[in-house]
Amino acid sequence: MKTVASFKIQYSQYLDAEGKLTQKKLPGFAENRDELLKMYRMMSFVRVFDTKAIALQRTGQLGTYASCLGHEATHVGIGAAMKPEDVFFPMYREYGTQFWRGVKPREVLLFWGGDERGNNFSGPQHDFAWAVPIATQCHHAAGAAMAFKLRKEKRAAVSVIGDGGTSQGDFYESLNVAGAWRLPAVFVVSNNQWAISVPLSAQTACETLAQKAIAAGIEGIQVDGNDIIAVRDIMEYSLDKARSGKGPTLVEALTYRISDHTTADDASRYRSKEEVEEAKRKEPLIRIRKYLTDIGAWDQKKEDKLLAECTQQVDAEVELYRGSGKPPVETMFDHMFANLPEGLIAQRKAAAEEGRQHG
Amino acid sequence: MAKVTMVEAITLAMAYELEHDPSVVVLGEDVGVNGGVFRATAGLQQRFGKERVMDTPLAEALIAGMSIGMAAQGMKPVAEIQFSGFIYPTVDQMINHAGRLRTRTRGRLHVPMVLRAPSGGGIHAPEHHSESNEALFAHMPGIRTLMPSSPARAYGLLLAAIRDPDPVVFLEPTRLYRLNKQEVEDNGEALPLDTCFVLREGEDVTLVSWGAMLHETLQAAAKLAEEGASCEVIDLASVSPIDFETILESVEKTGRLAIIHEAPKNCGVGAEIAATVAEKAIYSLKAPIERVTGYDIPMPLFKLEHDYIPGMERVIQGIRKVLEA
Ligand SMILES: Cc1ncc(C[n+]2csc(CCOP(=O)(O)OP(=O)(O)O)c2C)c(N)n1
Ligand SMILES: [Mg+2]
Repeated sequence: MKTVASFKIQYSQYLDAEGKLTQKKLPGFAENRDELLKMYRMMSFVRVFDTKAIALQRTGQLGTYASCLGHEATHVGIGAAMKPEDVFFPMYREYGTQFWRGVKPREVLLFWGGDERGNNFSGPQHDFAWAVPIATQCHHAAGAAMAFKLRKEKRAAVSVIGDGGTSQGDFYESLNVAGAWRLPAVFVVSNNQWAISVPLSAQTACETLAQKAIAAGIEGIQVDGNDIIAVRDIMEYSLDKARSGKGPTLVEALTYRISDHTTADDASRYRSKEEVEEAKRKEPLIRIRKYLTDIGAWDQKKEDKLLAECTQQVDAEVELYRGSGKPPVETMFDHMFANLPEGLIAQRKAAAEEGRQHG
Repeated sequence: MAKVTMVEAITLAMAYELEHDPSVVVLGEDVGVNGGVFRATAGLQQRFGKERVMDTPLAEALIAGMSIGMAAQGMKPVAEIQFSGFIYPTVDQMINHAGRLRTRTRGRLHVPMVLRAPSGGGIHAPEHHSESNEALFAHMPGIRTLMPSSPARAYGLLLAAIRDPDPVVFLEPTRLYRLNKQEVEDNGEALPLDTCFVLREGEDVTLVSWGAMLHETLQAAAKLAEEGASCEVIDLASVSPIDFETILESVEKTGRLAIIHEAPKNCGVGAEIAATVAEKAIYSLKAPIERVTGYDIPMPLFKLEHDYIPGMERVIQGIRKVLEA
């Protein structure tokens, strides 16, 4: 027998867990302190928001909430690399990407507060809403990418799924069509090592998730998802490639879900404290903060000021969320069709009357 | 006898069958170490091992499809779909294979599997976690669809489902999982399939309901009894096939029928019951049939879920309409 094809998977990292550079030449944006600071500020903001959202759930002011603790570099890195005209297809915890794109914290809270109005969010109006059915949004991204290609638009579609999502057929089907048709899409796998209680090793025998691109004939790259510089760099590379007609990319971002899966989960049932402690040591904020401090761009005073600002902004958003009330009952009917069919008008009226009686 | 919740009764039934039938296996997402997101499989992997209680990769079509393969090879898989809104990828497997394999092979192969899934709203859950989709499965030939409404019926019906040689979809109302406790003897006694249960006898009106809505229906019956109206309450339990004999007998006695379900009205299981009663017993009816149901809209997020799910008042209003017609 002879080898007829062989493959390799590349890994990218600029900043290690200690905040030390692992490559000499930085990407252009990373030579600019202001760019780095902007991303660090957003990562910190997301963390403050996340902590607050969990507190709201614990005190009965929010429904089940999916935390993004530990994913800040992956999420913000994606957001910073995308252009407004690109389209984002999230799963359910990519607040860092969404805030970067203009979604408001109060809107995220509304969604998890059981209110559809949260899905009618600010930011690019072509961005998709949260997709809870795992990996289904990969197909939507492929479809949007096809539209860009047909209309010869220099835009790209970006979807995010988790490591668990790579077990779904939808994921493979989308990669395959994106390869066959050279679609301008970037499929991100946010590999946080767990799908609720199921560890990656029980999900797949693959050494990397990036290599799942190989069967689809597309490029797959693994990146340190806790390194904001590497994530943004690989995303910019993949997006440029997509927009210039050179085809799709699968990006595996290696990270760790430090939180419970959602506030309805208790991760201590299935994973060890030691593992989580180790992951906390490698989390994304520490390393970029160290790096910024080392190059003289950051200090404790700035840090304190930033946290105070973030807290103030988040609190203001929470106030707006708290004041949002319940949507009128009849709105359950109002967005299903452009014109409500005759039979549903009666149901709408009955529901509204009942709603008014309940107050 | 121990008092248990519905979800505990479900665990007991699976444990009993795992203990007594080596061909039974449990599979699904997070059913192992984690014991299921609703804790329905709590402790089963610890007790029976990883080969009998398996965490699958995150793929619902796979869970249904593998169950069919195992079942056709003589095993009795009890598969869990984590939340109701994620059952749809199984539809292809269920309708094209589970429900047809026996027919397709003229009885050579059959599919003794159970597909368990939580069902319905009212627990403040995120999107896709509160759907009522029993009508979808009721429409599939070759598949039985059950919905328990109490711990004892959950226990007895799940045992029957696992032992049945054909595929059963077993939809568990999440709103009832921990609502009440009831004495359930863990004696391995199954309840009969294809039959409904008369929960309350009455003379004036027949109320047919299933799953979580029986809670409101029984409360409404008790309330109306105070006003002197005597309601007969039937737990459909077997959503497909439907035990029309019991329903028709009751309607012939009372002359009035209200059907109460949480799922949307349009093409809901209530429509099938109303149509059959109209076909077979229209001359016994003293009043038009009334359906009290969810609206024909997507299940709203939870701020409005109780405006969607028929509450006690909507149920009573519907029954009154039939009584007063
Ligand atoms: C089709 C489908 N099945 C099951 C679920 C329930 N569920 C929600 S999140 C989750 C695990 C997802 O893990 P992963 O893809 O790794 O993403 P992560 O939450 O870790 O970011 C499961 C099983 C779902 N949302 N969709
Ligand atoms: Mg994961």
